[in-house]
Amino acid sequence: MSFVRELWRFIVARKKFWLIPVMLVMALLGSLIVLAEGSAVAPFIYTLF
Amino acid sequence: MARPRLILGLSAYYHDSAAALLADGEIVAAAQEERFTRKKHDARFPENAVRYCLSEVGAGLSDVDFVAFYDKPFIKFERLLETYLSYAPRGFASFAKAIPIWLREKLFLKDLLIRELKRDAPGFDWAERLRFSEHHLSHAASAFFPSPFERAAILTMDGVGEWATTSLAVGSGNRIDMQREIHFPHSIGLLYSAFTYYTGFKVNSGEYKVMGLAPYGEPRYARTILDHLVDIKPDGSFRLDQRYFNYCAGLTMTSERFHQLFGGPPRREDEPLTQRHMDLAASIQAVTEQMVLGLARAVARETGERNLCLAGGVALNCVANGKLVRDGCFERIWIQPAAGDAGGALGAALAIHHLQDEGPRQVAQGDSMRGSYLGPQFAQAEIEARLTAFGARFRVLTDDELYAAASADLAQGKALGWFQGRMEFGPRALGGRSILGDPRSASMQSVLNLKVKFRESFRPFAPSVLREAVADWFELGGDSPYMLLVADVVARRRIPMTQAQSALFGIDKLNVSRSDIPAVTHIDYSARIQTVHAETNPRYHALISAFAARTGCPVLVNTSFNVRGEPIVCTPEDAFRCFMGTGIESLVVGNCYLEKAAQDPSLQRNYESAFELD
Repeated sequence: MSFVRELWRFIVARKKFWLIPVMLVMALLGSLIVLAEGSAVAPFIYTLF
Repeated sequence: MARPRLILGLSAYYHDSAAALLADGEIVAAAQEERFTRKKHDARFPENAVRYCLSEVGAGLSDVDFVAFYDKPFIKFERLLETYLSYAPRGFASFAKAIPIWLREKLFLKDLLIRELKRDAPGFDWAERLRFSEHHLSHAASAFFPSPFERAAILTMDGVGEWATTSLAVGSGNRIDMQREIHFPHSIGLLYSAFTYYTGFKVNSGEYKVMGLAPYGEPRYARTILDHLVDIKPDGSFRLDQRYFNYCAGLTMTSERFHQLFGGPPRREDEPLTQRHMDLAASIQAVTEQMVLGLARAVARETGERNLCLAGGVALNCVANGKLVRDGCFERIWIQPAAGDAGGALGAALAIHHLQDEGPRQVAQGDSMRGSYLGPQFAQAEIEARLTAFGARFRVLTDDELYAAASADLAQGKALGWFQGRMEFGPRALGGRSILGDPRSASMQSVLNLKVKFRESFRPFAPSVLREAVADWFELGGDSPYMLLVADVVARRRIPMTQAQSALFGIDKLNVSRSDIPAVTHIDYSARIQTVHAETNPRYHALISAFAARTGCPVLVNTSFNVRGEPIVCTPEDAFRCFMGTGIESLVVGNCYLEKAAQDPSLQRNYESAFELD
């Protein structure tokens, strides 16, 4: 719960409400990817991520 | 006596995790986790570094007032989402790789950190004690607060933090005022990394190699880079044409259009280096210098400040730093020795202390970094016990005997391991954990590269010179205690090339002696200088003085005490292992003196393949 609260505070502080649907879709898509694969491989350009 | 106020700074989970500790605002300890775990660029939570830092003041985690983390993961996630969104549907492969890591770990970084901290101090409300500082503010704080300046302009440049890749600020007393930022994807660090990737080196560690390769080439692609890749504005800011890059949406740094522009695909690691690669390295180095100079001149104009502080990975480009010093747009320049992300741990702690807690700032003579000797040290009795337990055969010498024996070995052309006092914080070995050699020897560079360091023959070595003698040997009037400035060898000590030598191409010039100290003189007469000061490292200063008394040369070759791919040694055992696995001929640890010939041959090991290549 504290994570959701902090994320909400972050969105309010940055006024990025338009990110909410994007986050939901990405979280859904991301969850599918997580479920589909066994382990997350560290990306090649790790600076960026 | 009142307990000091402790602030612990952390960087972790990307690369080069580290911890740094402030006691009442004073920097007391800092170390990178890789030195303890022996895994280069270790990004895991720095539990060993934290434990070590706290041991310096006899404290535990439960005594810490605040823990400061060096960047803000939510803002980074925001950048990631917005970038993917703007490139969608391109970039799905990259998204599919990055998102699982974020959903499993990085998005919940605060919880992750609290879990790690609770392991050692379960009773604390870490949610209240854990603070986050923005990535470039951490760099700016690490550049300004330890500097010797009451006021200064601050320039930080790296790959990318949250959004910012470059930031300009003004520091005054205990305040930092951020003036402007350049945002992702426009980044000097990523531009340099793109060429690191294209010339066949590893991103995030091969940038030094590109810089070392540059003097063997001609900047014949610089115009192409400026015409197509980079648009530099009059105010020093810049834009990168993203059509030539692939790091926003792909899993490589460069795009097909980039490869077409520069005439072929990226070099594979096993492919030989050609003149073209050296010319590419020279070109990106020239463009980087132009960009850094443009930014610095703009900052000088805008702020009117006379001092400049630098940090961020690009500030480790000592060739660009040297040009900046000679340009004269600032009277004095100070560069954070741990300019990369490890230094972010220190910057985050300083930002919390000064900017949030409004802690007062004492401007120190020189600086507040204690020569960057901020890591573990070992008492003589402990060194002897540890070496004995390891089966090492050594003699314990007095200080004078030690300097005499070590300087004699160096004068005979031997490679000497030198382990003294506290370990350095940052990527450079500064005479605490160093391999030393005689700079007058023409063969020293190739011997050290091939038999000791097991690395590419073109890699240059840096000189350590007594501060009081620097102007006799190099075109540098001031201090360079952290080996972050490049300057030329003075004209009277140079050896001009013959016509036949001048006709040689690129790396064939490697074996041409360029000065009286060829082992540390690059092909263009330049050298990456460390000035050694009696105040910050008296033992190293005494050794170079003994070598100078014997040879007339107050300069030594100084390279980090490790082999290619290995973190710099931390303990006497690490030093002994490296000694026994390489061509190092004698080793000094504290007052213990070890000769290779006297050691038990059964303790020798194959060290060359022990570490993953960088």
